[in-house]
Amino acid sequence: MRVPLSKIARPGWGIAFDTRGNSADLSALSLPERVCVPLQQHIGSAATPVVKPGDRVLTGQPLARAAANRLGAAVHAPLAGRVQAIARQPGPGRTGLAVSIESDGTDERWPGYTAHRDPLRLSTSALRSAVVQGGIVGLGGATFPAGVKLNRGSGVDTLILNGVECEPVISCDDALMRTDVDAMLLGAQIMLRILEADSCIVALKDGMADALQTVTTALQTLADDRFSIAILPPVYPAGGEAQLIELLTGREIPAGGLPWDSGAICQNVATAAAVAHLLRSGEPLISRIVTVTGAVVAPANFRVRIGTPISHLIAAAGGYTDTSSRQLIMGGPMMGIELPDDSLPVVKATNCIYVPTIDELPATAAELPCIRCGDCATACPAHLMPQLLLQAQATSDTERMQSLGLQDCIECGCCDYVCPSKIPLTRRFVAAKQELWDIAFEKRRAAKARERIAARTTRQQRQQQEQADQLAAQTHNVSDTDTAHQKLQELLQRTGADREDPS
Amino acid sequence: MITAIFILAGIALVVGLGLTLVNRTLPQNDQSPLDELEALLPATQCAQCGYPGCRPYAEAILAGTADINRCAPGGDATVTAIARLLGRHTATVDPAYGAYQPGHVAVVDEAACIGCALCIAACPVDAIVGAHRYTHTVIRDECTGCKLCLPPCPVDCISIVPLRPATRQAA
Repeated sequence: MRVPLSKIARPGWGIAFDTRGNSADLSALSLPERVCVPLQQHIGSAATPVVKPGDRVLTGQPLARAAANRLGAAVHAPLAGRVQAIARQPGPGRTGLAVSIESDGTDERWPGYTAHRDPLRLSTSALRSAVVQGGIVGLGGATFPAGVKLNRGSGVDTLILNGVECEPVISCDDALMRTDVDAMLLGAQIMLRILEADSCIVALKDGMADALQTVTTALQTLADDRFSIAILPPVYPAGGEAQLIELLTGREIPAGGLPWDSGAICQNVATAAAVAHLLRSGEPLISRIVTVTGAVVAPANFRVRIGTPISHLIAAAGGYTDTSSRQLIMGGPMMGIELPDDSLPVVKATNCIYVPTIDELPATAAELPCIRCGDCATACPAHLMPQLLLQAQATSDTERMQSLGLQDCIECGCCDYVCPSKIPLTRRFVAAKQELWDIAFEKRRAAKARERIAARTTRQQRQQQEQADQLAAQTHNVSDTDTAHQKLQELLQRTGADREDPS
Repeated sequence: MITAIFILAGIALVVGLGLTLVNRTLPQNDQSPLDELEALLPATQCAQCGYPGCRPYAEAILAGTADINRCAPGGDATVTAIARLLGRHTATVDPAYGAYQPGHVAVVDEAACIGCALCIAACPVDAIVGAHRYTHTVIRDECTGCKLCLPPCPVDCISIVPLRPATRQAA
């Protein structure tokens, strides 16, 4: 069977990077001696721990479940061993509760999962709850709980398997497609079933020749006519969810809307593979492929258990080549976050550990005034006008920032990259977005406070009224002297009788 | 002369009828300026501005006895919004009335709380739960961070903390 294949033309926005030199080989990695598993590795609320320090846990056993009624995901033990502590620990980008486990070397599997020979026969609700319980989140870097995206099934007709990997140095998705393509396609079929969608586009980047070959062959064997392949130009950020949907389907996500509003959703290729592993072999999300690249002796991809210290990965890659450059980035050079040191654990979001060499670090040039060249507006993949946003930000004009669509900024950094005046636009926009968010939050809080104050005032008035009524009733009783006198006499007689009784 | 009077009276009649009609059909703006102004304020009732609550402060602004830059919990954005509503020059919050601290809530140190219930009475939004001789706690989602519970606490066990510890570091 011929697999439909389309090539997408280079869009006007973005930055073209040459990524052909990426090594995408998958190397073996030994189990670490201890892992540190943060309870919040996803968008939403931290998971609630279900184990205690001192417990013995087995590989894949749930450590924490998603907080009830909140956006979140479960977290599982990446290896068998003893829980040493549940304490606040620094993680990549965020400090929070984390479970430390010391490995006992057995890697014994938790028997609580069922491996299904044919997961596609399960009901959609069973599939959905498995995805939620398996702690599966988007592995492209944003870690949005996958179950939520799949729950919003209604109206989504196209599933896009995102293997575009547009950041220049990352190759973990490439490695996954080359080594785990069957799981990826089974995961996609499961997702299609949950979504009741009828088409799936596997999106690759131009230059991933081996991956394209593997995916094409696998699809030919699978002979499922819902699948097609799209090859995207090596333009950053073509792999962003909104950008990918726009390039592949021509549909734009409405401002302030969510991807599924456009009728298409993206799932990372590794997310699809994780879904298949969960249902076919009963393994929750406890490992992922991580690219280690930059100034290390042997750049490579590793399948890493979540919670493994980054130093373990660096050692497996032969160590640092340049000891003077000690900058460490999680993610790619464009959107990655800087890590303070390599003792931090790998989390579900860790797609890449990048050690920039000295000449790759951006030169710290002095910021010059904006000359309104408009290069940033051309580069912006979200179709915003960064030069005008900058002006609005400088004058703290929140309304103007809102009307210029600041909320739709995806913080990709393209505007910084092209700016001839070296203005750190993205950093300002991130701060301004936070400010807008704060203002909106305070507005909501004020509205709620107003309601509660009104309720309190009503209650206080009612209580005062009740007290006044009671007082009035008492005074009324007393003022009726005859009745009061009679009552007093009765009372005296009764107490007198009581007193005499025992004697 | 007569013709002119008739023409002018005719025009006045038509315009008058038109205006009445428009007035009847268009939606009424029955919000008083005071309500509109109060809606811009953060409703914390924190009294940092020197008035006992947001409404009294709004009244004072309208009466011209208070400047518009006294609302610290609202921040510069609120001052700008008030300035726009009243057609005045915008300003920044006067630091004498406190600092802008968005997204903060009160937290009771439950180990130190003696259960005196004084803070419960002080809370304008009923966001503190507890009873006499029982530990109190703050309902995070309802607290406005107004700090009114701080002065009555005899053991100083309430602190104001940011709502989101690491705001979007991992963006």
